[in-house]
Amino acid sequence: MAGVRAAAGAAQTQAGVTMTNVEAVRTTLHDALARDDRVLIMGEDVGARGNVFLITKGFLEEFGPQRIIDTPLAEASIVGVAIGMAMEGLRPIAEIQFADFIYPAFNQIVGEAAKVRYRSNGDYTCPLVIRTPYGGGVRGALSHSVSIEALFYHVPGLTILAPSTPADIKGLLNAAIESPDPVLFLEHKKTYRSVKGEVPAGYYTIPIGKADVKKAGSDVTVVSFGYNLHQALDAANRLEGEDVSVEVIDLRSIRPMDKTTILDSVRKTRKLLIVHEDNKFGGIGAEISAMVAEEALFDLDAPIRRLAGPDVPAMGYALPLEEEFMISTEEMAGAMRDLAKF
Amino acid sequence: MATTITMPQLGETVTEGTVAQWLKQPGDSVEKYEAFVEVSTDKVNAEVPSPVSGVIRELIVKEGETVPTGAPIAIIDDVASDVQPAPTGSSSPSEQVAAAAQRPSPSSGQATNAEANRQGSDEPVPGGNVGTGGPSFSAPAQSNGASGNGSASGTAPGGVRTSPAVRRLAREHRVDLAAVRGSGDNGRITANDILAAAQAGPSAGVAATIGADNAEYVAPAATAVAPPAATPRPPGKPTYASARPGDVIPLTQARRIIAQRMVDSKHTAPHAWTMTEVDVTNVWKWRAREKDAFEKNTGVKLTLLPFFVRAVVESLAAFPLMNASFAEDGIHVHREVNIGLAIAADGNLVVPVLRHADQLSIRGIALAAGELIDKGRRGRLGADDLAGGTFTVNNTGANGSILSAPILVPGQAGIVTSEAIVKRAVVRDDDAIAVRSMMNVCMSLDHRVIDGAVASGFLSDLKKRLEAMGPSGSL
Amino acid sequence: MAKTTTAGARDLDRVGLSDEQLVAMLRNMLLQRQLDNRGFQLNRQGKIPFALGSEGHEAVQAGAAMAFERGRDVLVPYYRDLGLALGVGMSPFEILSSLFARQTDRSMGRQFPNHYTNHDLGVLSISSIIAGHCTHAIGVAAAFKYRGESGRAVLCTTGEGATSQGEWHESVNYAAVHSLPIVFLVQNNEWAISTPQDLQMKVANVADKAPGYGLPGVVCDGFSPVTTYAAMRDAFVRARSGGGPSIVEAKCYRFLSHSTDDDDRTYRSREEIEERRKMDPVPRFEQALIEAGVIDEARRKQLRADVLRETNEATDAAEAQPYPPAESLYTNVVAGDYQPWQE
Repeated sequence: MAGVRAAAGAAQTQAGVTMTNVEAVRTTLHDALARDDRVLIMGEDVGARGNVFLITKGFLEEFGPQRIIDTPLAEASIVGVAIGMAMEGLRPIAEIQFADFIYPAFNQIVGEAAKVRYRSNGDYTCPLVIRTPYGGGVRGALSHSVSIEALFYHVPGLTILAPSTPADIKGLLNAAIESPDPVLFLEHKKTYRSVKGEVPAGYYTIPIGKADVKKAGSDVTVVSFGYNLHQALDAANRLEGEDVSVEVIDLRSIRPMDKTTILDSVRKTRKLLIVHEDNKFGGIGAEISAMVAEEALFDLDAPIRRLAGPDVPAMGYALPLEEEFMISTEEMAGAMRDLAKF
Repeated sequence: MATTITMPQLGETVTEGTVAQWLKQPGDSVEKYEAFVEVSTDKVNAEVPSPVSGVIRELIVKEGETVPTGAPIAIIDDVASDVQPAPTGSSSPSEQVAAAAQRPSPSSGQATNAEANRQGSDEPVPGGNVGTGGPSFSAPAQSNGASGNGSASGTAPGGVRTSPAVRRLAREHRVDLAAVRGSGDNGRITANDILAAAQAGPSAGVAATIGADNAEYVAPAATAVAPPAATPRPPGKPTYASARPGDVIPLTQARRIIAQRMVDSKHTAPHAWTMTEVDVTNVWKWRAREKDAFEKNTGVKLTLLPFFVRAVVESLAAFPLMNASFAEDGIHVHREVNIGLAIAADGNLVVPVLRHADQLSIRGIALAAGELIDKGRRGRLGADDLAGGTFTVNNTGANGSILSAPILVPGQAGIVTSEAIVKRAVVRDDDAIAVRSMMNVCMSLDHRVIDGAVASGFLSDLKKRLEAMGPSGSL
Repeated sequence: MAKTTTAGARDLDRVGLSDEQLVAMLRNMLLQRQLDNRGFQLNRQGKIPFALGSEGHEAVQAGAAMAFERGRDVLVPYYRDLGLALGVGMSPFEILSSLFARQTDRSMGRQFPNHYTNHDLGVLSISSIIAGHCTHAIGVAAAFKYRGESGRAVLCTTGEGATSQGEWHESVNYAAVHSLPIVFLVQNNEWAISTPQDLQMKVANVADKAPGYGLPGVVCDGFSPVTTYAAMRDAFVRARSGGGPSIVEAKCYRFLSHSTDDDDRTYRSREEIEERRKMDPVPRFEQALIEAGVIDEARRKQLRADVLRETNEATDAAEAQPYPPAESLYTNVVAGDYQPWQE
């Protein structure tokens, strides 16, 4: 029954269509289901409800309950069952409804999925995709706002992707589905409908582990992803008017991470600012800082700066609390400006 | 054949075991895998199966006795049993048992931690030669924005703090930090400032007196050694490099030590002085012909220095008293010829030593000297590099000087300078007037060791050798 | 309430098994016992750091293996399933390569002993996380159903301790909801390391929980291979034919400590073990087959000698193999380059 059919379906992308991030997720999933019989989607409320962000609306009717599975409310088994399916040769895409709910599945992701290939020395593999919306700024309070990349990027055997634009989402989600190893695919929920972009038509993948220079510059390097990336681009464009030239790198891939793009940029600008929404202590900015300090110390003309979430649980519900937690575009512009004139 | 049974390791962290009870006695027969002793450890009590079939010959350890893992506990005389397959593998079971018993647990630190013993190449050398410690690399932290994510700390009091990029670029482009105005926050020198200074040209901020290395020998009139451009006072205390009227410049440790040694030298050795002038036209031509190929092949610039030092060591061979030291028990005429090269680095005078210079060709001297000078520039000279000199050479001509009266390095009897090469009209043997490249060679000497005859004989010899060098020679 | 079946001592109810099949089960039990002991022997000799014991489980596993269809069913085992591993086709050499952690071990010496993997035989790779494999078993069964492959079933085995884990509950629940082709075999040996059953659950039988999930559950005598076979056969037939999942709880006993690092004298009495030893399934089944005329004394001796010889040969052969090279540490982390920083 396994096989790949030609793509078909109402949501097929046209040549260079402009769409939002959430639409990019939706159309990519749809095309994958249409193209490959081994692909199925499972999670809470993905079937009849069509996912709480309507990502899979209509899929149940089109592909049937065998392929669009409304699972019991049990994250460990959403992932665990998907692992078994993947080991048996299917290509399941498991959805965790909000990243804040992923913790019961931590056992299965870290203790099992990440190690299937290694512990069997390749006798078994685990081609599993786990998709989940993450991030705050949506009045989500303390259980619908968290960033989780720092908890997982540490783990050998896992791939962690976090594209920020529609075109990157399509390319990397396809790459994730194609990957023979487990991938955690992170979607910043605040960008679902607020970020629009042009998406090339047809099937394509983007290589995993490659960052993207979204804006070239010469005075300061900024590395970011997710919602912060778009704020960084806003801030950088603003600073062009002040004659400060900022280069903005979109990480896209958290594990593996793109060393070459980051170092090339740092060697050019000599100043590095890392921006991530997650708590600062032990966030991915720490690993990037360490790598750059190890490999490019004598190219740095200023200390490496990290602009990151405060070290408190993410994030309070009341608007002033949320705004205090989230990094504002003004803060980013200020940090870029300071670094440029250091 | 007999097999010695050793105490097995029962558990990963176990290091010893106690024989709780012998289940067999000497003379008893035992089958392979049959239990023959009960052993107890702090983790577990267990019956140990025999690795061989045979007859118990000896029980080495008494019941209740505790021995370390791997210690012999019994001897069994092997007898093949009918169920026994032919043994495979080369090691006997007892060796295997012993080997397995010796297997260390991961926690037993068998990895040796060999810490690299770093010679303090940037620590002051005992005895007072100049240290080349580099300034601190850290740049002042900036105060951050409202998110409160940074620490605010100002520039450290006193001293210029420079970033790694700035120090590296300054070295690569040979820019004198002291002469650069900082355009960054709080007057910090930025990488762009260094790059701009490097492009502005060698005069503004080029390190002066880098000794006999890349300085071309040109007549003083052509050398535009411009005074440093007037720069605004950098923040912080006055420094030697940026001295102004009214400053009181604090003494660095290095300067203090050098000062003392110079005083000692002058007060101990009666300094006499002499000079000669040398026609270096031919040797200069020779150098000009070789330099491009030399630099292409070795990456090292070919200056007059290696030719000069080669001539010096040959003359020292002819006049060994020049390579000596005065001591109460006599004048020590040295076997080794170790030539000190006076260079300036980071505003200090250092004299790294070219050891066994007499055994080096011109090419060899060029490479070895190049390495020392580069080390000196990078502040990487070690104690070994600075010790053991027997005679010293100083290229004062790089500044444009035509006469110098150098101070002896304590313990040495002579020091020569190569002064600037000046084109002069000279009268030749046949009374014709020619324009020749002339270089003065000056010498200070310890008059306790060297008298006038030796001194002038040496200098004449040196002059002859230098004037005999020419393009037909080999490096 | 759960159904129970037991076997009598004298009149052997073959439940349709032939002589060859009965002898095959006996041989599996003897081989399991021999290999199991060999692990402990090698550890006490200081040759291997660790071994797990499965004495007491021989009948359950021989019976379950007999009901398993090679080439069609998939086994998702736990770490005490030596007999099942042998019963579905793994070799003593493979087992010993795993104990010695040699290069010939399929996991290349990466896994603890008894953590098998054999994709060709349908043995799923597992971790040491108790009940971590249960959801994977569900996934495999779901894949069978997804592809419309009838006639295939998954055998998911655990001890009784694992049934306290949340993921076991999630798995049983999921299997029932989606009517998956899976058999949950719970080998109740009364002890989860040092925790007795009455500290693990309130009910007397794990199988009593089954109706709570909406699937059938039976208790069987885990000391009788034939009885276990019969219960397992029924469960497999149900699963393979689309009848959905069921729980088979086989009552047995763990005669040894949990592993070579455990000393059961700290938590249970010698008297209890001696009392339970009387029901040791291996000599009892030997005796039952002799009394039923399936084998005679000479055959019994010969079977034991064969099994010892096979074990010894495999021991020596495996011990002579090299360790995996240190460089192998870095392979098979992911399909491509394992380095987290990509150039």
